[in-house]
Amino acid sequence: MSRTISYREALRDAHFQALSEDPRVFLVGEDVNCYGGTYAVSKGLADHFGADRVIDAPLSESGFVGAGIGAAMGGLRPIVEVMTVNFSLLALDQIVNAAATLRHMSGGQISVPLVIRMAMGAGRQLAAQHSHSLEGWYAHVPGLRVIAPATVADARGMLLTALADPDPVIIFEHVGLLALTDELPENAGAVEIDKAAVRREGSDVSLITWGGNLPKALEAAKQLEAASISAEVLDLRTLRPLDDAAIVATVSKTHRAVVIDEMWKTGSFAAEVCTRIVEQAFFELDAPLRRVCSAEVPIPYARHMELAALPSVARIVQAATEITRHE
Amino acid sequence: MSKLPDKARCHALYRQMLRIRRFEERCGELYKQQKIRGFLHLYIGEEAIATGVIGRLEARDVISATYREHGHALVRGVSMRAIMAEMYGKVAGCSRGRGGSMHLFDVQHGFLGGHAIVGAGLPIAVGLAMARKRLDQGAISVCFFGEGAAAEGEFHEALNLAALWELPVLFVCENNGYAMGTALARSESQTDIHLKAQAYRIRAEVVDGMDVLAVDEAAERAINAIRADLKPYFLECRTYRFRPHSMFDPELYREQAEVSEWKKKDPLLTFRTQCGKAGLLDETAVQAMEQEIGTEIEDAVQFSEQAEWEAESDLLKDVYSPRGAP
Repeated sequence: MSRTISYREALRDAHFQALSEDPRVFLVGEDVNCYGGTYAVSKGLADHFGADRVIDAPLSESGFVGAGIGAAMGGLRPIVEVMTVNFSLLALDQIVNAAATLRHMSGGQISVPLVIRMAMGAGRQLAAQHSHSLEGWYAHVPGLRVIAPATVADARGMLLTALADPDPVIIFEHVGLLALTDELPENAGAVEIDKAAVRREGSDVSLITWGGNLPKALEAAKQLEAASISAEVLDLRTLRPLDDAAIVATVSKTHRAVVIDEMWKTGSFAAEVCTRIVEQAFFELDAPLRRVCSAEVPIPYARHMELAALPSVARIVQAATEITRHE
Repeated sequence: MSKLPDKARCHALYRQMLRIRRFEERCGELYKQQKIRGFLHLYIGEEAIATGVIGRLEARDVISATYREHGHALVRGVSMRAIMAEMYGKVAGCSRGRGGSMHLFDVQHGFLGGHAIVGAGLPIAVGLAMARKRLDQGAISVCFFGEGAAAEGEFHEALNLAALWELPVLFVCENNGYAMGTALARSESQTDIHLKAQAYRIRAEVVDGMDVLAVDEAAERAINAIRADLKPYFLECRTYRFRPHSMFDPELYREQAEVSEWKKKDPLLTFRTQCGKAGLLDETAVQAMEQEIGTEIEDAVQFSEQAEWEAESDLLKDVYSPRGAP
């Protein structure tokens, strides 16, 4: 048996399962209870689990993320929803200075089994303060695990695995994916969060991406096929720790790669991926690596300008075509 | 001045303060000999607060403190050997030499840091209280911080959360008048810190932090109240740091006359005088304590000198937990 559900519903189902199965789990964040979640992920959960398990927090990102850290240290399993990555900057101290350090700095005595979820990404005309992609900043920090579900199955399953992880896990949910639908088996559940996944097989060029840009990469692969270019699409899924073996494997197969990343190109996570390819698979490459990233500009409001700033199917196709025809 | 307790309790309180004082004096010497490195923040002058508050806690309670936390760890029962070895950077240290003076941890004793970002320990203490309340009703979370933390947003966020969510947190503000070298009046429009807590509808009081009995009594009052209704309580303990902020501080911001004036209120001196007058603490007893403490300290130094360094091959150990751990 299977049914068609959205990415948003898959997240909600995962929360429902987590809250049902483990009394230590609770959800805390801005507007998660009465409002039902800014992106409606937690809609209905409060009715079922009550105000002790689905907790509305005041606009105190550092405060409630820190409280989540303390609660995790104390034996609970908090899911902290930070409305968006943009606001997570107000909680950077707790995430970087505390959550990521406490285990090592205490000589291994303390674990912080905390899950922090945040929406991210551009594409909804929300302009420069509500459109950030900063997952690479978090992936920079040892002590954190950083994951980015790009499919409905991963939205359903990654949260459960993250909750079982003894260390802090940050989940990035691209706002462009929330309405995505897919067919899931009725018994869909936890998925592993260690490995990248090949979402489409190909032989000429690898399109490497994660999270919100996976649909663009898949669409680009379809268009490339029409031009007789066979593109493989690798979804990294987990940005820290990075699945080097999967990256090397796809590059060793296609010998060309385009990395698609919504961060700004300078200091992007794509830069890290490219460096790993150069370090570990340089002699497999038949063409220069290419990156399709956001333009180096605060994301503008006007629709046409916003689209011009972001990775697009057309730019991915163009980059892949250029390096594939490069001989 | 508060009424004195019985002789045994007077001895215990004095001994605990003396133990912190002598331990830290030795730390200062070891720092000059470069045995201890990094930052070293001494608590000398403020001993009455940790002694008074922590003495009133139960084993099931948890503590978070700042980078000036040697005294708190000692009173809580963390072994002096493990604290000293931590400052030496040895693997036998209470944080395996990863944290140093500013990051003492001992989960067995409910001593959860050692947090060196000013204000950051408060939200964590709030979360610990959430966990205590759900898992062991009646247990409390105690958070020590300086008055400098009141300028941080995290202070206000944490106080509001603790009050709003009705959590069993004891906030202990160790107001020593200076945030590094910035006097309270130079950084706060409202210098009565406890009023800020009251603004969040938290029960709050001012305590003479130089008087161990005053702290002890206030702590008992606060802790009983918290255990009764599981709501937060705030103590502003007014105190003074006799030593520089850290070992790098040239003390350009305060007059020696001010330091001398406060030293007249030295919590060890005043308590000893008070007990002496009442015939509860004599010179012989003090000498015996000095000797015991001196022996304990030299044992901790010898232990730390001889302790092993962590193997370099363990560099990456404990960045993450072993997979499959709880």
